[in-house]
Amino acid sequence: MKFTLADIKRGQQGIITDVSSIHVPLKLLEMGCLPGNSVELVQVAPFADPMYLNINGTHLAIRKETAIHILIEISNA
Amino acid sequence: MPKQINVALIGNPNTGKTSVFNALTGLNQKVGNYPGITVEKKEGICKLPRGVKAHIIDLPGTYSLNASSLDENVVIELLLNKNDKDFPDVAVVVSDVENLKRNLLLYTQIKDLEIPTILVINMSDRMAYKGIQLDIPYLEQELQTKIALISTRKNKGIDQLKELITNYKELSSTPCLSASEIDTEYFDKLRKAFPNQLLYKLWLVITQDVNFGKVDRNEIDAINSFKTKGKADLKRLQQKETIKRYQFINNTLKQGQTIDLKTAKDLRIKLDRVLTHKVWGYLIFFVILLTIFQAIYEWAQVPMELIDGAFAWLSEWTQSILPEGVFTNLITEGIIPGLGGIVIFIPQIAFLFLFIAILEESGYMSRVVFLMDRIMRRFGLSGKSVVPLISGTACAIPAIMATRNIESWKERLITILVTPFTTCSARLPVYLIIIELVIPEGRFLGLGYQPLTLMLLYLIGFGTAIVSAWILNKILKMKSKTFFVVEMPNYKLPLFKNVALTVLEKTKSFVFGAGKIILAISIVLWFLASYGPGDSFNNAEEIVTVEYASENLSSEELQQKISSHKLEHSFIGIAGQAIEPAIRPLGYDWKIGIAIVSSFAAREVFVGTLATIYSVENDDVDTITNRMAKDTNRTTDGKLFTLASGISLLLFYAFAMQCMSTLAIVKRETNTWKWPMLQLVIMTAFAYVVALIAYQFLK
Repeated sequence: MKFTLADIKRGQQGIITDVSSIHVPLKLLEMGCLPGNSVELVQVAPFADPMYLNINGTHLAIRKETAIHILIEISNA
Repeated sequence: MPKQINVALIGNPNTGKTSVFNALTGLNQKVGNYPGITVEKKEGICKLPRGVKAHIIDLPGTYSLNASSLDENVVIELLLNKNDKDFPDVAVVVSDVENLKRNLLLYTQIKDLEIPTILVINMSDRMAYKGIQLDIPYLEQELQTKIALISTRKNKGIDQLKELITNYKELSSTPCLSASEIDTEYFDKLRKAFPNQLLYKLWLVITQDVNFGKVDRNEIDAINSFKTKGKADLKRLQQKETIKRYQFINNTLKQGQTIDLKTAKDLRIKLDRVLTHKVWGYLIFFVILLTIFQAIYEWAQVPMELIDGAFAWLSEWTQSILPEGVFTNLITEGIIPGLGGIVIFIPQIAFLFLFIAILEESGYMSRVVFLMDRIMRRFGLSGKSVVPLISGTACAIPAIMATRNIESWKERLITILVTPFTTCSARLPVYLIIIELVIPEGRFLGLGYQPLTLMLLYLIGFGTAIVSAWILNKILKMKSKTFFVVEMPNYKLPLFKNVALTVLEKTKSFVFGAGKIILAISIVLWFLASYGPGDSFNNAEEIVTVEYASENLSSEELQQKISSHKLEHSFIGIAGQAIEPAIRPLGYDWKIGIAIVSSFAAREVFVGTLATIYSVENDDVDTITNRMAKDTNRTTDGKLFTLASGISLLLFYAFAMQCMSTLAIVKRETNTWKWPMLQLVIMTAFAYVVALIAYQFLK
């Protein structure tokens, strides 16, 4: 099963493996959301959306609908 | 005289770029607009060593040279156009030591334009705290630049930066990586087709619709020897380009930067655990809003009373030193009260701007965006709509401009349409004067009735905005992709200098902007109120004397009756009475009617108008509020300002669209008259109906 950024739990860390360039805006890529970079869930709003993430040292929030287009690999259980 | 050095300050949002600008220019700065568009243009003069001067432009914050908004477009258009008079001799890229990795992306793009570039690494005072160490000579060599390690907070490194700007000719202008390697074949063809153009410039022109100087997109498309690629291919290439840049940056920083996580302390996590918490987060946000309104009310009381007294005194004093005549009357009855009506609100408006500036500077505003996104989305808005809705409490115009960073057009349009419902600072004077007149003093749970009423009016404004957004979301049929990316910056203690300059700048432009309109309108109104057609105006004294001959009035009372009679038969009185039938059901008389009509220039004119009308009618030197409180309604013979008419008036101002500048800005941002006209008609009709119902129920 493919694991996307939308499935990450608080305290988990992962590595981005693939980003769909059609569904994910360039702006997000430019902020560091790129294959090979690390990602960590910092905080979730009520209903788990939007997600407050630490990607490659940059702190940002994105909606779940964008997160499902970013594939990740969990690096710690 | 040597030529001034043109300097452009460029950087990501939240890097302290504006602090650097303030540190370089101090009070030598002015804020205007870029020609033809409403993007704010900040420029200033900086004195450099050895008598050299620099002209500094603070460009809008941007994450990259791939523009996704009007503000970011400004940056690219300036950097691509060598003929622009502001084209920089040297670019200063401002970065934040804690986010160096991301900040360097923009830096590598600027370097590709072959403009001499200085890298500023700001917030160096945080390095020890965060366990960060930098190898500056290594970074300077890899990045082909000179680095100024500064701290605007501790005022360190500014002189070094000035020195670097002075010697800008020694800077390298070679790129630090070759981005064209992502598709060598493609870029070789491009280079052959346009041998005289910079490759990266061409690439920027191809990937976005920016026009500059000699080459534009159509021209590239027209050349047969070179085919641009399809949108999807271009997107993939852009992704590759970004990856390439990050590879370079990651490699450079691996050597040039060490972060010792053991010594790093993070306040962010602790604060965010509370401030973005599911329950506490919302509670704290609510308490902050409550505090702001209580403060606007209570703290501003003292300076306001001083200003009120000062203007009454000024009127009296002017009257005593100038010779009697029409001109003196114009000044003491028209201009001074009209201006006084607006100057008195400076303390409250300044407080409002102060709080908004602090919320933005501290980084808290992004947390509100995060907390509110889910809720706002239910109403067809974005979490980012919260910023326009909150800054709309200052003024709808910058608020509507602040919608530009909302990625989805539908969410943005809805935000633009509903923002004018939020209580702007121009409504504040109207609310304050009416609340003072009709809402009793006294307290409820320690909070005054009057501040609570004000808070309620703000909530009504927000509430209506949200509900109309929900309706618009159902009605508007348009598809647009929704993206939502918001940076969560570090918490910062707001810099006093930044906050003070913002408050000063905003308050000044509010007072002068409104002041001009009010000055003009009070002069016109004074003339209309001081002259009238026909016998009933010119022979007022005779008519009134005869009418009241049997009643044995004192000369003072008689004088009062004469003034009232004159005003009623003046031009303005006649005009006001013509519209009176339309507003009588709302509980207003013709004076309020005139004030409402003149409010369509700008809401705050309401107070100035009433001030002028009341001082023409009554020569006594008294504050405006007292005069209004004494006035009676001719149809009911009771007081004019009662709870019923007051509430009705408050609600009318809460809902009606009465601001020409806002309509103009909506037209500009949506590119059609359709939306502003809809706002004008629907909001004003709604206001009328609500005010009507309120008055009829309460009277």
